[in-house]
Amino acid sequence: MDAINLIIRSIFVDNMIFAYFLGMCSFLAVSKDVKTALGLGVAVTFVLVLTLPINYLLENYMLKDGALAWLGPQFADVDLSVFSLLVFIAVVASFTQLVEMVVERFSPALYNSLGIFLPLIAVNCAILGGSLFMQQREFANIGMATAYAFGSGIGWLLAIVGMAAIREKLEYSNVPKPLKGLGITFIITALMAIGFMSFSGINI
Amino acid sequence: MALLSGKTKEALLGPLNKNNPVIVQVLGICSALAVTSKLEPAIVMAIAVTVVTALGNVVISLLRKTIPNRIRIIVQLVVVAALVTIVSEVLKAYAYDVNKQLSVYVGLIVTNCILMGRLEAFALGNGPWASFLDGIGNGIGYGWILVAVGFVREIFGSGTLFGHKIIPQSFYDMGYENNGFMMLAPMALILVAIIIWIHRTKNKELQEEA
Repeated sequence: MDAINLIIRSIFVDNMIFAYFLGMCSFLAVSKDVKTALGLGVAVTFVLVLTLPINYLLENYMLKDGALAWLGPQFADVDLSVFSLLVFIAVVASFTQLVEMVVERFSPALYNSLGIFLPLIAVNCAILGGSLFMQQREFANIGMATAYAFGSGIGWLLAIVGMAAIREKLEYSNVPKPLKGLGITFIITALMAIGFMSFSGINI
Repeated sequence: MALLSGKTKEALLGPLNKNNPVIVQVLGICSALAVTSKLEPAIVMAIAVTVVTALGNVVISLLRKTIPNRIRIIVQLVVVAALVTIVSEVLKAYAYDVNKQLSVYVGLIVTNCILMGRLEAFALGNGPWASFLDGIGNGIGYGWILVAVGFVREIFGSGTLFGHKIIPQSFYDMGYENNGFMMLAPMALILVAIIIWIHRTKNKELQEEA
């Protein structure tokens, strides 16, 4: 039950994009049509769900203060948390490389349309951000961490697909010239974020 | 100024205006929006990003001939993550309160797209000195947007600058209220959109057709 609650919370209340602005770069650049947006959203969710549990294990059995106690009493006061950034990003980067190879092999069309943004999933703030938030919130077990990853990924997917759908319709509107493209996208994101704020405070 | 001729000058000054990382290249938006509700964290963040971009650019530029193409992203990330870890430890030691306010966003400098964008687009193809200037230029270009947004949000959102009261008490007595909406995240987006609007009205060649 806790897990479902957590998933719903991280989709709507703590939405990666609208509450924390994580992963904005690719959110703004790849939200031009729904199909590509969907592909990227799925890729992000996939990488999140894979990397977050791994980072959770690394955090709790290697990096945290006293986490090495299982090796023996002489390691009980070793604190490696200085290295957490390095370790997390290394895990994320290697998994991204893996996903890139898989997508290139099985769906060249998607690979071409995602272009530069596939390798950039590695530097998608949403993914490293997920790991850093996991470190901050100290989830009780690996299941909760996975649930959090899944919820955040779906939340990100929902946001980017919604955005792409709005931008497709936007082609027919008469936007002031200097605001076209980037400017209006920012304003739409702001309005969507205000909308999502109405979810805050909901407890399920 | 032989050191600042032609291309290197462009590398330093371009990002301040025509080639600004935030409002033209669309890089590094995440942190630009999340840390700007007050001026002080915005400035600290701007300095941290400038330092990391400049040093990261230099390191990658020195290594550029030896990095195998296939694993370059991982190499870049490791270099950047090491630099960010140093910056974050320095912040913890000398500016603990600000570090608390910035929370995960210091760590997220690693994935700040400005860094990767500049490393990929510039440092991999240019010498260390030009890359250093490019890093400084992009850091400052990113910084001034942050400071501008932070300035507006703090002065209208809480009536203070750097925590000092700016709006006189007599205004409040007459019925002036702080605009709480400024403290919320979406306002940062709208402010950046306004900056883009002004910037593109002045630079017509940047306007998009779509």
